[in-house]
Amino acid sequence: MFPLGIEPYLIGGIIIGIGVSIVYLTTGLHATQSSFFTTTLSWFSKRIHFQKEKNIKERNWRLVLASGLILGALIHTLTLSPTGFWTTSVQLWRLVLGGLLVGFGTRLSRGCTSGHGISGLASRSKTSLYAVLVFMGVAIVTANIVQLLGILP
Amino acid sequence: MNKNNIMVLLGGILFGFGLAYSGMTKQEIVLSFLQMKDLGLIFVLGGAAAVTFIAINVIAKYLKAPLLGGDFKPRHRPISRNLIIGAVIFGIGWGLSGQCPGSAIASLGTGNLPVILGIAAMFVGAYLWGFLDS
Repeated sequence: MFPLGIEPYLIGGIIIGIGVSIVYLTTGLHATQSSFFTTTLSWFSKRIHFQKEKNIKERNWRLVLASGLILGALIHTLTLSPTGFWTTSVQLWRLVLGGLLVGFGTRLSRGCTSGHGISGLASRSKTSLYAVLVFMGVAIVTANIVQLLGILP
Repeated sequence: MNKNNIMVLLGGILFGFGLAYSGMTKQEIVLSFLQMKDLGLIFVLGGAAAVTFIAINVIAKYLKAPLLGGDFKPRHRPISRNLIIGAVIFGIGWGLSGQCPGSAIASLGTGNLPVILGIAAMFVGAYLWGFLDS
């Protein structure tokens, strides 16, 4: 069940939670991720969906948040990481097709693992609980089908 | 940079550090959870949600307003058919690739360059929904 132990997971999760909490308690903003795609696209697309006032208002801090994520992971890579810089072996078509579905699905669902999974559940949102159960259940089924089809890595 | 963005950057750095510390920036580890070989991801999500739960439901009630001004609003979304369909589509993409938005973005900081293509595809997917919704 836990070949790598529980500690790295639990400690990492707590660090993530502290990050989200610091942002919320100081600014009132929910440090969630998938909206970043929509707000960033507001710089490039004139379509109504992207030009909503909310997207224009949020696009700067969401870009700052995404930069922070990259920087934080880089700091870990350069300090505590046992493996250092690292590259996935998962096939490119899986990353691209999966990414396409993740981008479309999270925007249609108005949240992702962080929006529904962390901030939504922490807000005691029933909607987010249903969303998490659905996307996690579907992801487990999908990953097992892919494995059964012998698609590796 | 205004004060809000400095706190967002600090929070983002912790978020990214935590994602890397917990191995979530490695698609293989996420997939091993989804294949039920290593259930650690539950502790990442649970740990992060538990800490945030305390911030939103306990500390925020005590503070009454965010320290830099504004209002506290817990995150709520109305349930809808689209929201659930979106969760299904997201689940297929997550199960196929082991990428979700935050973990993919943070993964760039570990030098995981192939994920640039995954993130580019996420932008295309987000654009497609925006195109249909406009």
